[in-house]
Amino acid sequence: MTPVHVDAVGLAGPGMASWQDSLEVLADESAYRTGESPRFTSRLLPANERRRLSMTARLALQVAEEAMAQSSFDIDSVCSVFATCHGDTEIVNGICVALTEPERPVSPTQFHNSVHNAAAGYWAIAAHSPMPSTTVCAYHASFVAGLMEAVAQLQVEARPVLLVAYDYPAPDPLAESVGAFAPFAVAMVLSPDATPRSTRLALATVSGQPVQGMNCGELEGLRVSNPAACGLPLLRVLATGAPGRVILPHVNGLQLAVDVEPG
Amino acid sequence: MPAEALVISACTLVNALGRGTQDCFDALEKARGGLRPCDFEDADLDTWIGRVDGLEDEPVVAELACFDCRNNRLAQLGLRQDGFSDHVAEVRARHGAARIGVFIGTSTSGALQTELAYRHRDPITGALPADFSYLGTQNAMSVAEFTRRFLSLDGPVMSISTACSSSAKVFASAYRHIKAGFCDAAVVGGVDSLCFSTLYGFSSLGLVSHRPCRPWDAERDGMNIGEGAGFALLEKKDGGVAGVALLGYGESSDAYHMSSPHPEGAGAAAAMKSALAMAGVTPDAIDYINLHGTGTRANDVSEDRAVMKVFGGGTPCSATKGWTGHTLGAAGITEILFALGSIERGFIPGTLNSERLDPALSAGVLLRNRTAPVKCVLSNSFGFGGSNCSLVLGAVS
Repeated sequence: MTPVHVDAVGLAGPGMASWQDSLEVLADESAYRTGESPRFTSRLLPANERRRLSMTARLALQVAEEAMAQSSFDIDSVCSVFATCHGDTEIVNGICVALTEPERPVSPTQFHNSVHNAAAGYWAIAAHSPMPSTTVCAYHASFVAGLMEAVAQLQVEARPVLLVAYDYPAPDPLAESVGAFAPFAVAMVLSPDATPRSTRLALATVSGQPVQGMNCGELEGLRVSNPAACGLPLLRVLATGAPGRVILPHVNGLQLAVDVEPG
Repeated sequence: MPAEALVISACTLVNALGRGTQDCFDALEKARGGLRPCDFEDADLDTWIGRVDGLEDEPVVAELACFDCRNNRLAQLGLRQDGFSDHVAEVRARHGAARIGVFIGTSTSGALQTELAYRHRDPITGALPADFSYLGTQNAMSVAEFTRRFLSLDGPVMSISTACSSSAKVFASAYRHIKAGFCDAAVVGGVDSLCFSTLYGFSSLGLVSHRPCRPWDAERDGMNIGEGAGFALLEKKDGGVAGVALLGYGESSDAYHMSSPHPEGAGAAAAMKSALAMAGVTPDAIDYINLHGTGTRANDVSEDRAVMKVFGGGTPCSATKGWTGHTLGAAGITEILFALGSIERGFIPGTLNSERLDPALSAGVLLRNRTAPVKCVLSNSFGFGGSNCSLVLGAVS
């Protein structure tokens, strides 16, 4: 498999307002201080559309916009892969509550925002992008599945891909079933060719390799609880700017080995 | 055909027309539609639905009990038709379980289970019932993981959930994973089952018809919700395999509106053009188009504009949602497998229930079944969020 290149990154999570803001704590985890999550928002979407956005979609669009702002590519020229395990549980909850009421008054806006690809649809509108987009889910390996889909697209179609992984905490009563976690999202612009500041990745499927966790307890907690954060060890290597190998677990024993080769 | 094409070496279907591809084509050939007045649970809606009988009495196998829900029962029913699981077992023996990927499209997965759980919340705490299995039912991945385990496969696995284009896009993702070397073969599928969210949600948008849907009809007034499962096995073409191959796919985004299609069908036309370009065929090579054809006023106008832009009005087309209802996340694979059947059987299904074509629409829509040789087909699937996917299949001699 030919290598791919990370052209730009966007990130948001507790104590991490952006990729630039996260570089230091990812490279030196002892500096990490958890905190309130920043207030997520989209700057590109017109105000009338922005008003309808759930927190989940805002989280996804924020990191997508951050990555594209740093990217070598035009915003309407990249394909996109969105990856989310839980989708929009705020909207699932709203619809399920409505369905227990007399007349079952499901909101039409909530209904069309309930699709798993809602954030991707709003992204296309925000970016005025006619490019192909897909939305995948693979439980706690959703980031890994999204990365594999993005890399497969690069290999076959040889054009840049924006990968956006995001998961936002569920409201009650779903939270107990879904599990508690902090919001987290990461976006990566991946390119088939090297770009001015890109980092090279070589990928292969493996099995039985030891999986690295995060050193800091709070970041490790984020990695194992939020499916979008399962790529934190890869982001740590990218943040240090040094070469390294990361093993990312998929479901059922399959693993993705990622070799990071800066410069 | 392109040297890169993947052969569809096995497939299966379950929907309101029947269990298995033979049942479905018998119904199509005998002009026996699958819709009925809505009798789903206690839904109180004046509409027709495409319901699969017997799911209430056929739980999933005991070892996968934590996945038991209407959607996975429907998946299991599909996996048990057409000898599909046996075909997969043969390919598994040849390539190894870790080299076969699983790509399943769904829009609502096991949402019904969550809807029912909300009816039984604890009156004091509001908690959902203790036996509610979120990861096994509601989560979008549930049906892909159920399928993977049912077939004992260990390759890359994912659900693709892009509303009503989901199970067309699984073909594109499987193709890419095989070409990229992540796997050697793939099971693709689409499964969506009746639930209250979609029945009441589409009703709230005013998109549901009170009678059987009539795509392209002058009097059309909306869609019917259906349920269905479809699976296909994709393999590399190794020397001299005859059959039908995936020749091309095309994907695009409308970037227009979350639930309304682009009025001129710009995204739909782009998807069709990409699929034709990848297949290396011109529009006149297509013998049959299976339309997305939901039967809503706006959707059919948009798709008609797009088809006219790419093909003109001379290519035979039909919409098959009047037979099965709109099976949402299963519609893509259901309809591409109808189109595959048209190649194998020389039979093009008509547009059931439609009587008088809308004079404002111009695509070459067939109202009645037709017998004709078919070598190359295109199928359209479009979804909320402006997600478009077209697939091209062709006979491999």
